[in-house]
Amino acid sequence: MPTEHRTHTGAIELADGDVPAIRFQHVVKRFGDHTVLDDLNFTVRKGDRVTLIGPSGSGKTTILRLVMTLEEATDGFILIDDRPLTHVEREGRRVALKEKHRTEMRKRIGMVFQQFNLFPNMTVLENITEAPVHVLRRPKGEAIRRAHELLEQVGLPDKADAHPSALSGGQQQRVAIARALAMDPEILLLDEVTSALDPEVVGEVLGILRDVAANTDVTMLIVTHEMQFARDVSNRVMMFDGGRIVEEGTPEQIFSDPQEQRTRDFLSAVS
Amino acid sequence: MTEHLDALARALPRILDGLLITIELTLGGAAVALAVAVALGLLVRTHNLLIRGAARVVIEFFRGTSLLVQLFFLFFVLPLPPFYLEIEPVAVGIIGLGLNYGAYGAEVVRGSIGAVPREQWEATTALSMTKFQRMTRVIFPQAWALMIPSLNNLLIQLLKGTAVVYLITIVDLTAELNKLRIETDVFFAYSLGLVLYFALAWLLSTGMNALERRATRRLGRGPARRIRRRARAEVGA
Amino acid sequence: MIDTSFWNWDHAWAVLPDMLWAFLRVTLVVTIAASAIAAVLGLAIALVRRTAPRPVAAVVTGIMNVIRMTPLVVQLLFALYGLLAIGAEVPSIAIAIVVFGIHYATYMADVYRAGIDAVPRGQWEATVALSMSRGRTWRAVVIPQALRATAPALGNYVISMFKETPFVSVIFVHDMVRTAQLYGGEHFRYIEAITLAGLLFLAASYPTSLLIARLEKRLAY
Repeated sequence: MPTEHRTHTGAIELADGDVPAIRFQHVVKRFGDHTVLDDLNFTVRKGDRVTLIGPSGSGKTTILRLVMTLEEATDGFILIDDRPLTHVEREGRRVALKEKHRTEMRKRIGMVFQQFNLFPNMTVLENITEAPVHVLRRPKGEAIRRAHELLEQVGLPDKADAHPSALSGGQQQRVAIARALAMDPEILLLDEVTSALDPEVVGEVLGILRDVAANTDVTMLIVTHEMQFARDVSNRVMMFDGGRIVEEGTPEQIFSDPQEQRTRDFLSAVS
Repeated sequence: MTEHLDALARALPRILDGLLITIELTLGGAAVALAVAVALGLLVRTHNLLIRGAARVVIEFFRGTSLLVQLFFLFFVLPLPPFYLEIEPVAVGIIGLGLNYGAYGAEVVRGSIGAVPREQWEATTALSMTKFQRMTRVIFPQAWALMIPSLNNLLIQLLKGTAVVYLITIVDLTAELNKLRIETDVFFAYSLGLVLYFALAWLLSTGMNALERRATRRLGRGPARRIRRRARAEVGA
Repeated sequence: MIDTSFWNWDHAWAVLPDMLWAFLRVTLVVTIAASAIAAVLGLAIALVRRTAPRPVAAVVTGIMNVIRMTPLVVQLLFALYGLLAIGAEVPSIAIAIVVFGIHYATYMADVYRAGIDAVPRGQWEATVALSMSRGRTWRAVVIPQALRATAPALGNYVISMFKETPFVSVIFVHDMVRTAQLYGGEHFRYIEAITLAGLLFLAASYPTSLLIARLEKRLAY
């Protein structure tokens, strides 16, 4: 794991050999009159597992949605692997890049949603193979083989031909994880993936994600309320409030010895 | 083009007569349809199986047999033995349109009453209201706001349905358009017709939208006009 | 001697074959052909309104609204006499099919629009997360789900169209009702013919609408 340098702005110093997977530069996001993110700067290195914590409305989910291009930043730049995601600076102006470029960048990023969002008109197998076949242009046989592998990994080997409506919430979320992983993303975004699940099945989904964290080196950006999971899987935790990074550091630093009052207040409220 | 406009100027009185007949049929038909819709919509909800069944039969009968069949029945069949009932064509039009679209309206009324939340019904029971009070003072006013959009659609359909009455010798707007076609040309006459019908439909919709706004405002589901104006003044908009 | 009985079965049997023939040749043909046109054209209109550049979508919406809010009867007359005026020789039944098809396409476009709007936002977002192309998103995810929601409403419009087919009388197509009317005029006996026409419509439309209601319950995801 890369070495740690702790600051309050999340602009960590990169050691030799570190690759910046995600970089936010002066990112501003406004919804009408409401400013959610204001001049946000931080860097996520390749292989990092970063958990974003903080009260609702603090902008954590917005950050994920900006990376996934579900929203567009009002100002500032987002870089993926040091390449601009949606906008670039040319001759002092902020210029939007073409859709073709964004599509290419998007292919390296995957997301798992709170509401699973599986396609109800397709079987589980079709859900998982749809994008690899039509977006990555993989041969169908290979995509199916890989889909079965992933279903094994998430513990649902015999559900390939089932429809999402026949599965429980926990099972659907596991399929959603498999669907995201089938694209071999470099960056995996997890947006409160267990918040809509019954408490009994939260564990099975988190277990899958722990395996993913342990067995791959995909960069993960996680928004969650599951503090134990955050401690187990992350190497960095960022505390957000009002669209700004209040504090960030290792899980041990943040959870056991928070420096900022707001962090302390938040953690005591959720524990 | 000018010859067309001249012909139109000459034909204007007749066209206005036809337009008036169409409006008469539309508004008259709508009044009958509303009465039929409310009556049947309420009757089909009673607990009495016989009445409910009868209302259901009437609704399905007038929905299922076609409008023109109904108009022809009233116009051709009734005057003959054994009924010997001769009704004036425009009245036939109004009754036929009213019954047909009233049956469709009954479904709308029934659905809207059913859409009023259960809690409202329960509150009236808790307040010991009679069934009549319950329906007139609580349930129907709320259902009314819900049913206006669908009734709006039916009203437009009714307006469009009036165009077929010239087949039972009523000289409505379409009948006058047919005559105008001979005096001018196809495109002029029928384009004018489309514009006129469109204008009528638009006017009716605007009226219905205003009705809906009034209905929802009375239910408190939208700022009352006076308060809205005051708020706007405060904000300095 | 004028027949003053309430119902005369002789007349009923006499008119029935012609009416059934007209029912098959005209009523059913127009309904089925025009419904096919309306279903496809309606979807095309809905997609154009949703995805085309604003001015194009606005023009399409404008034309759609004019057609939707003006009488089918006037549109039929316009088409018939307009084609005659430019010397085109089109069979009246074809005119009826096309005009009905276009008219009902405008209703169906609204149904499709509601169906497309009803597809949850999360579905669209999932397609972005998987980098799916627009075309693939529509074809594989949105339209299949939209169609499932709209099928019953489309079915009800087919039934409505079926019951409006007598309007083809205005362009002198001999459908079932016109056949009944002509028989009545010839024999001064309307009751059997008209009643049979009504019953035929009822017999065809009522069971179908029950089936569609059943289908609607089963199609809910």
